[in-house]
Amino acid sequence: MAALGKPPIWPYTADPTKREAPMSGKPASPGKPVSKAKAPALLSLTVNGAPRHAAAADGDMPLVFWLRDELGLTGTHLGCGKGECGSCTVLIDGEPARSCQTTLAAAAGKAVTTIEGLGTPQAPHPLQAAFIAEQTAQCGWCTAGMVVEGAALLARNAQPGRDEAKAALEGHLCRCGSHHRVLRAVLRAGGREPS
Amino acid sequence: MTRELSRRAFLGSTAALSVAFTLPRPAGAATAKTNDPAEVDGFLSIGPDGSVTVYCGKVDLGQGLRVAIRQMAAEELGIGIESIVLIEGDTRFTPDQGPTAGSTGVARGGVQIRQAAATARQALIRLAAARLDRSPEDLDLRDGLVAPRDGGRSIGMGDLVGENGFALKLDPKAPLRDPAEYRVVGKPLPRPDVPAKVCGTHAYVHDFKLPGMLHGRVIRPPSVGAALLKVDETSIKAVKGARVVRIKDFLAVVANREWDAIRAAGMLKAIWSDSARLMGHGAVRDALRAGPFIAEEVLKAKGDAAARLAEAPPAVDYYWPVQSHGSLGPSCAVAQVGNGAATIWTASQATHKFRPTFAALLGLAVDKVRLVYLDGSGCYGMNGHDDAAADAALLAKATGKPVRVAWSRDDELGWDPKGPPQLIALRGAMSPMGQLLGWSTEMWLPKATAGLPNVPLLSPEAAGLDQPKGLVTGLIAQNGDPPYAVADLEVKVHWLADAPLRPSNIRAPGKIANVFAVESYFDELCAGIGLDPLVTRLMGLRDLRGVAVLSKAASMMAWAPRPVPNPKGDGSGRGIAYVHYKHSETYVAVAMEVAVDRDTGRIAVKRVTCAHDCGLVINPDALKMQIEGCVLQTLSRTLLEEVTFDTSRVTSTDQSTYPILGFAEVPHMDIELIDRPEQPPMGGGEAAATPVPAALANAVFDAAGIRLRTVPFTPERVKAALRTL
Ligand code: FES
Ligand code: FES
Repeated sequence: MAALGKPPIWPYTADPTKREAPMSGKPASPGKPVSKAKAPALLSLTVNGAPRHAAAADGDMPLVFWLRDELGLTGTHLGCGKGECGSCTVLIDGEPARSCQTTLAAAAGKAVTTIEGLGTPQAPHPLQAAFIAEQTAQCGWCTAGMVVEGAALLARNAQPGRDEAKAALEGHLCRCGSHHRVLRAVLRAGGREPS
Repeated sequence: MTRELSRRAFLGSTAALSVAFTLPRPAGAATAKTNDPAEVDGFLSIGPDGSVTVYCGKVDLGQGLRVAIRQMAAEELGIGIESIVLIEGDTRFTPDQGPTAGSTGVARGGVQIRQAAATARQALIRLAAARLDRSPEDLDLRDGLVAPRDGGRSIGMGDLVGENGFALKLDPKAPLRDPAEYRVVGKPLPRPDVPAKVCGTHAYVHDFKLPGMLHGRVIRPPSVGAALLKVDETSIKAVKGARVVRIKDFLAVVANREWDAIRAAGMLKAIWSDSARLMGHGAVRDALRAGPFIAEEVLKAKGDAAARLAEAPPAVDYYWPVQSHGSLGPSCAVAQVGNGAATIWTASQATHKFRPTFAALLGLAVDKVRLVYLDGSGCYGMNGHDDAAADAALLAKATGKPVRVAWSRDDELGWDPKGPPQLIALRGAMSPMGQLLGWSTEMWLPKATAGLPNVPLLSPEAAGLDQPKGLVTGLIAQNGDPPYAVADLEVKVHWLADAPLRPSNIRAPGKIANVFAVESYFDELCAGIGLDPLVTRLMGLRDLRGVAVLSKAASMMAWAPRPVPNPKGDGSGRGIAYVHYKHSETYVAVAMEVAVDRDTGRIAVKRVTCAHDCGLVINPDALKMQIEGCVLQTLSRTLLEEVTFDTSRVTSTDQSTYPILGFAEVPHMDIELIDRPEQPPMGGGEAAATPVPAALANAVFDAAGIRLRTVPFTPERVKAALRTL
């Protein structure tokens, strides 16, 4: 008889050495769940410019679930839940972070921007416009995370080259093979000739 | 841009999606709609306002079918694609056009719909001719109107088709428009779903919500085939609203929120029996040759290969390991069961095919079960989507509530049905002039079970529910022989009774491995004589479309004959490979430039060129996207991927143990399409994957003088091969 080796409740509690490598050093700190006794009843944060509140009891909930289930911001996708794929990337105070690795408590007091906060089909962010022009998405599962990461890259570097784009997006996985067009889109958004 | 053209109008009035949609009402009386593929009304309806709805049994998994199908229908109807609402893969409304598999979306699905639209045009013109008192030859259907070519009174489509639709059999002989007059087909029109995908507003099955819906999480056993001995239901009481559902060895939790279901699944204490029924991945290769076998089949025979090869060097083995679909997002489905009926929202490639399966699973009549396709994370063959749908169906039945199930990453990589392993032994003889004299292919492959309706699903198995058992692998024995002239040939397959892990079809089933072997070995024969592999291929081809793609891919790389391996000796090399897919469909040649680092054993792919001829091109941009995907995904499979498992379970369940290609490894890519409007349109989702591994292996040989015959081409394998030089 074998007892089911108790799996971690969520992968971020798993062996941390395993999850650091593919994340290329950019995830937000997972943070510590807030202690219930000291926690305020509500956690406050800004999402796409609007103030939002979450139950403090949900402090250990990864941000991705709260964004999707409570706020209906389903543009942020859950891929691996392990910090390995980048599908769930959002901006926290302007920095790309993996929302499957960031608890609500860790995001409290900060400004979160999701893919929906960057632009809309009617008024897209310049990188979204470039993704559309390059017809980048296949299934689109990875796309939002790459757009968010790429938008952060463009904010630091208005004209990234192909290798800079590759470096910034390393740690974002795509199974359909849309990479080529993602790189073209980033170059295009920076005003460079896509290659 | 188009409207959000969508099947969502059909999702039912209780459906609430958490993202905003516009909900176009499809034309016609939906409740009476036939889905008979013999009827024009099965595929097409035209509303009184001239709006057009197309019903497609094939689905868009990210491959661009959503635009291609519209283009094919729009062309025949003389309208723009933005006028078409497309309903995909809904068993109530769309005809059964077979699963979206085998690269048949356009070639069969689209061609059938094009014929329905051509039949409709013919009928509309006939009806209008009577009303306008003109000869049908004088009339054309353009921009929603039947109008005389020389001007004059016209009639709108909507005025010609009444409440009851066309009531007309699809006419396989209805004339198609002349490709010379095409206005829509052949244009790189943008895919309608891209803006929403890029802006985060595209709705996936994962985003679909029903009132009162629960979130389920299935707890898979720690070992394949383990029995559930004991469950401590109190172990999850800390999670508000969570509860356990157990049906024999099927164990799940349901909760009000996904996070709660995940937490409860993690807390649940269960005791399972030991089970060690797997062979472990290290034993697979030998097991393929050991059997047990259920059949031996000679697929092709010409002349006397055995006699011709009597003096030839011994056969060499090529091996392709077990691989995962590796979909990026979790498999997911939503099910509602009650009042003697069930609806399942699923990212399945085969909603029609699975309908009887779900009927049996739920104890319902087939006509009481409806499967509705909604987008999932891309799949490349049957991944876990259908299993997730079965999970959701069982849980919805057990709880009486709608249930959504989304898998975890570990379950996705651990439990998706896998691409089966393949062992291929090749032996051949080539004349000093480069003619193939004799060739023998011997394959060891798991046999697909005849008549098996679908891949056996996990949860009915665990729950002890009856379902047909066996293996599904796809047509994995095709393209096992060289596409070049050969005097004496034999292709033989030893069919294995079983597979090491539950198999299913995975992109270009079997043909990636077979073309890898055949096109690598062809280079081995060329190298044995000192012939240029491109020139030798061109000499052996009898099909000019093949000659065209090979020449094109090579010229894109400025290929000039020279000795192989590369006399430069700097670790750089080039390779080329070719396929005529299934010997009857798309023609593709892929050439590659690589660099092999002798110290690290790393292979860097620098550049890929591809020339592609799939006959009539419907949408060149969407087609190129598919080819890019074929190339990158197959590079990943060739360089990196092997499912590992011990005797109990799959052990490669994350990016460190089952790595896939990252941005660092993305090469420069150039793709040229050869459009042949006079030829039927063939598939673009699979063929280009098949020459990739051999082009890569041939380039590695050119670069470093080593012949890699076992996938994946890991640095360790490269270094081991270098040591034998
Ligand atoms: S879902 Fe967060 S990194 Fe994969
Ligand atoms: S587009 Fe499908 S995973 Fe990237």
